[in-house]
Amino acid sequence: MSKILVIAEHDGSALNPSTAKCVSCAASIDGAEIDIAVLAADGAAIAAEAARINGVARVVLVNNPASQHSLAAAIAPQVVALAAGYSHVFGPSTTFGKDLMPRVAALLDVNQISDIMDILGAHRFKRPIYAGNAIITVEATADKTVVATVRTASYSAAAFDNDAPVEDVSITAEIPQHTRFVELQAGSSDRPDLQTAAKVVSGGRALGSAENFDVIYKFADSIGAAVGASRAAVDAGYVPNEMQVGQTGKIIAPDLYIAIGISGAIQHLTGIKDAGTIVAINKDAEAPIFEVADIGLVGDLFTVVPDLQAALSN
Amino acid sequence: MEKILVGLKRVVDYNVRVRVRADGSGVETDGVKMSINPFDEIALEEALRIRESGEAKEVIVVSIGPEVAQQQLRTGLAMGADRAILIKSDSELDSLSAAKLLLQIVQREAPELVLLGKQAIDNDNNQTGQMLAALWGRPQATFASKVAVNGDKLKVTREVDVGLETIEVDLPAVVTTDLRLNEPRYVKLPDIMKAKKKPLDQIDASELGVSADDSIRTTAYEPPQERQKGIMVKDVAELAAALKEKGLL
Ligand SMILES: Cc1cc2nc3c(=O)[nH]c(=O)nc-3n(C[C@H](O)[C@H](O)[C@H](O)COP(=O)(O)OP(=O)(O)OC[C@H]3O[C@@H](n4cnc5c(N)ncnc54)[C@H](O)[C@@H]3O)c2cc1C
Ligand SMILES: Nc1ncnc2c1ncn2[C@@H]1O[C@H](COP(=O)(O)O)[C@@H](O)[C@H]1O
Repeated sequence: MSKILVIAEHDGSALNPSTAKCVSCAASIDGAEIDIAVLAADGAAIAAEAARINGVARVVLVNNPASQHSLAAAIAPQVVALAAGYSHVFGPSTTFGKDLMPRVAALLDVNQISDIMDILGAHRFKRPIYAGNAIITVEATADKTVVATVRTASYSAAAFDNDAPVEDVSITAEIPQHTRFVELQAGSSDRPDLQTAAKVVSGGRALGSAENFDVIYKFADSIGAAVGASRAAVDAGYVPNEMQVGQTGKIIAPDLYIAIGISGAIQHLTGIKDAGTIVAINKDAEAPIFEVADIGLVGDLFTVVPDLQAALSN
Repeated sequence: MEKILVGLKRVVDYNVRVRVRADGSGVETDGVKMSINPFDEIALEEALRIRESGEAKEVIVVSIGPEVAQQQLRTGLAMGADRAILIKSDSELDSLSAAKLLLQIVQREAPELVLLGKQAIDNDNNQTGQMLAALWGRPQATFASKVAVNGDKLKVTREVDVGLETIEVDLPAVVTTDLRLNEPRYVKLPDIMKAKKKPLDQIDASELGVSADDSIRTTAYEPPQERQKGIMVKDVAELAAALKEKGLL
């Protein structure tokens, strides 16, 4: 039988939605028993939240001051200490999980499976490679621990309607002192979270400046959408890095994605393959984005977007 | 620092639209343009800038791959690396084995800093740097968008989901690069000529005593499900109507 340990992602006070998505993925393995590990400085509230996720058998809470900033160097040895007795250890394919899980895998002397998008069996998985241009089936040997990240855009979050027991656990793990947290500059935004929003409006290089990007923000706010961007818009400094959508940015799966002044490079499309409906607004009728858009409109964004905003508010 | 080691992986150029072979045996790589993994070019550029600022003496590029990966190493030498090492391996390697092979070179060369890309754009693994750091028992600073050398420490700004995180690590350490760390320089013709005279050592992977990992293997390749082209609307009124009809807004 599969015993799966899901490593919770959190910001020190609240659980990240990626955790419930990892649980959904783990739950698609037949007969899996799923535990969540919360590694935090003071994780009681986070563990209580995790205990409500459906399908979870038990929450393992490890309080340790060294876990405060979730640095991989500090978390990995603790995960390794917890991993004994589990057949699988899963984390999200967020920057937290991508940083942590390979370090865990190497310490356990196994390879890591990146970005699970489909479970075919306890040891058979599908994952994308080449920016999603190919999907491979990967088989892991049953006699070793499977360490993997879950492509969160492929799973919807498990419901929160459970009351699993929380166990305080203390472990012995040697935590290195060679890595220290300095600061976090988090983009403060009252807008919906890009990774979980049902609606996302993204702008590209066509916006031309940070000031012009206001067109995108205003429109997004008028429909309650999160805001994203192409790499070109981020590189040009119109918007901060955390807004990048794509192969090397965020992989998202909103119900509605509106791409404005974005050409549709393969690396950008990788990030939106699982979107419900893709709408594209671009002045070039030949732009590749129209090949994948469900609804396309050729036009100048600087007139189309304000007009659309007005039309929708009527 | 004395030495910086930079990993250069030979991969299908990022402009190539990769396709799965009709028989599902892999992706089509015959006759396809090959290049240095874009993140590794950024890693090399950063190493060169650190050397040029006087903070390091030597930049060594290393690639694990077939004989032809010499091309990418020569490009790295033309960009400005001092010498190159090719770890010859004809089979496609998993990240754990790559990390173990790199560790062997790290132990021979004892660099203070290893700069790798955050991910190879062929397998999109995003693992090797973290694994090397773990096996080496040293710090990792992944997804770097800024690196500042400060004696025997580094201050690294990392691109994370919520924004930018800065950490400090003791050297030696492994840093993996994100796209915004720098813009790699172009190679000039005279540099290509000069690069031909720079040392390029070859070692057979089998000589390094690393046994290929068999914990995971790829059993099938398939093309992704393509999205269908949808409809074109002629104006804003039609677009608004279509969105309302679908119940999206
Ligand atoms: C290794 C690697 C990783 C990458 N990862 C990512 C990634 O994660 N995400 C990502 O997005 N990119 C990524 N890229 C970059 C990608 O290849 C493209 O360069 C980028 O997506 C282009 O951004 P863009 O569409 O905004 O700009 P452009 O390609 O310049 O397109 C701008 C579009 O705006 C249209 N336009 C111009 N003016 C107007 C107007 N007034 N009204 C309407 N339309 C207008 C133009 O017709 C054009 O189609 C990556 C590249 C590499 C090499
Ligand atoms: N065969 C290789 N040769 C040289 N460097 C490599 C090789 N494989 C991986 N790397 C380095 O590790 C990084 C991450 O690779 P990966 O974990 O495969 O996504 C790459 O960007 C390279 O810097």
